[in-house]
Amino acid sequence: MAKRKGLFGRDPAGPLDYLRKWPLLTVMIATFVFLYVPLLTLMAFSFNDSRRNIVWRGFTTEYYGKLFNNTDLMIAFGNSLTIALFSTFFSLILGAMVAILLWRFRFPMKPFYEGTMALPIVIPEICMGVAMLAFFARIGWPNDLVWPISLANITIAHISFTFPFVAVIVRARLAGFNREQEEACRDLGAGDWEVYRDVIIPHMKPGLVAGGLLAFTLSLDDFVITFFTSGPETVTFPVKVYSMVRFSVTPEVNAASTVLIVITVFLTAIAMWLQNKGAEKK
Amino acid sequence: MDPWHKFRRIFYSVGIPPTIWLIAFFLVPLGLIWIFSFGEKVGVVGIDITWTLDNYVRSFNPDILTIFAKSLWLAAVATFICLVIGLPVALGIVYAPNKWKGLLLLGIMLPFWTNLLIRTYALIAVLRTRGYVNFTLEWLDGAARWFLELFGMGGIALAILGERFQALELLYNDNAVILGLVYVHLPFMVLPLYAALERLDRSYLEASLDLGAGHLRTLWNVVVPLALPGIISGLIITFIPALGSFLTPDLLGGPDSAMIATIIERQFKSANDWPFGSALSFLLMYITFGALAIRALMARRRGGDGMGG
Repeated sequence: MAKRKGLFGRDPAGPLDYLRKWPLLTVMIATFVFLYVPLLTLMAFSFNDSRRNIVWRGFTTEYYGKLFNNTDLMIAFGNSLTIALFSTFFSLILGAMVAILLWRFRFPMKPFYEGTMALPIVIPEICMGVAMLAFFARIGWPNDLVWPISLANITIAHISFTFPFVAVIVRARLAGFNREQEEACRDLGAGDWEVYRDVIIPHMKPGLVAGGLLAFTLSLDDFVITFFTSGPETVTFPVKVYSMVRFSVTPEVNAASTVLIVITVFLTAIAMWLQNKGAEKK
Repeated sequence: MDPWHKFRRIFYSVGIPPTIWLIAFFLVPLGLIWIFSFGEKVGVVGIDITWTLDNYVRSFNPDILTIFAKSLWLAAVATFICLVIGLPVALGIVYAPNKWKGLLLLGIMLPFWTNLLIRTYALIAVLRTRGYVNFTLEWLDGAARWFLELFGMGGIALAILGERFQALELLYNDNAVILGLVYVHLPFMVLPLYAALERLDRSYLEASLDLGAGHLRTLWNVVVPLALPGIISGLIITFIPALGSFLTPDLLGGPDSAMIATIIERQFKSANDWPFGSALSFLLMYITFGALAIRALMARRRGGDGMGG
């Protein structure tokens, strides 16, 4: 590599500056092209003024207008948001409880308990989906409930797979907690509950926000589990998009996808940013 | 950490609600299909629990075994391709200048956050007969013809390129499924590899290069053995979700690229044979647990070695 030294007056490439070596650079660029070109073309062509949507014919927001006038799709979107909000709320509570339990206490069979808690994260989605389908059919879950309550079965299924994720994130945040703060609080006369209310839960806050955003995006994005729990009256956005995708590639689907991509990327970016901010403070 | 009995009230109040939830809305549903898997289908919707092993025996008939073998094969090929792409990418990120590192990692993660369905759909839009890949190929084909005509070699153009442009059938076959699996699961591979390579002491690499080994030899003889636990972890983390994929074979595959999840879905929706579907689900879960056990075993062995050394 000594040959390169001083070439064009640049710093010499160190032996491990792999990014400045062409074979690696090629793989890297190819990978990013592979990852991004399909998504970016999809997003770009949602603004294309042509039904054949392959040749660029000019900019239009027509398909977004059509999207907002598509009642079915809007209802599905409303369902998705409602489910995501409720399941985020409950999985935050349950996830935070699990996090405190596993962070704070020693108890018999703890590794077994932890393993069971991780099951919803590791088992294939399809297995969880069919289990939920069988479960709600078996207990005779009624199909004719009024609107927000009719979404309860999907919400329950979503809580079951999101709260272990929340627990993981909140527990990671708790690991950085300094027990001396708690001792100081007790020395100043706080009881068990005050310690949680005034010291531990405020410390958990960035973890709760990040976990909540993750739960929200997981719920909003989920297709497989929802596909098995949703009925004809309770279609969510991804399930609706799935039926449109099966039918054909259209600018409307591109527009709908773009909306969902923007929402999830935006929410996750906020979650990441909050997590980093929390880490810096520490 | 406190022993649980020192703070009973808090222990019970944080412990009981999530435990009840997990049991009622996760373990009971799973238990239910576990019991169903020993049942028999009666009539249209009835299931009789007879504790028969028939559903599991049926899973070993050649048709189903072929699908299992095919799923394992497709997932394995996709995982291997992820490794081949992921290793240089992870290596590049680890040794990138610090200001680039975060950005590159974010770049790998970002598609991971977008909806699985939408990513698969994006691939359809790119690969279909009237998609962007074929469109580009057609344009190149046209350009090549024009160029050859220009030099009076239209005959050669006709011989090489044929009468007219034939769109490639890129969708609805096994290759499309593998491409889709790689597209969706690449971040699963890059992240553990990145974590493993990041911990690696770079003086080993420098020593190897100083002593005259080339980059490929250093990669093979130094990087791969040292990062092996991370590589195995990445392989398993990528393989598990790839094996259980439902959307990818469903949307990108042809009639004969069904994977395990596809036939499970069929049993529960169209074929309406829940006991058989349940048995298949549990077989898929047992394979998953097996893969996870291998990973745990590797981790433990590594821990043992560390202590010995």
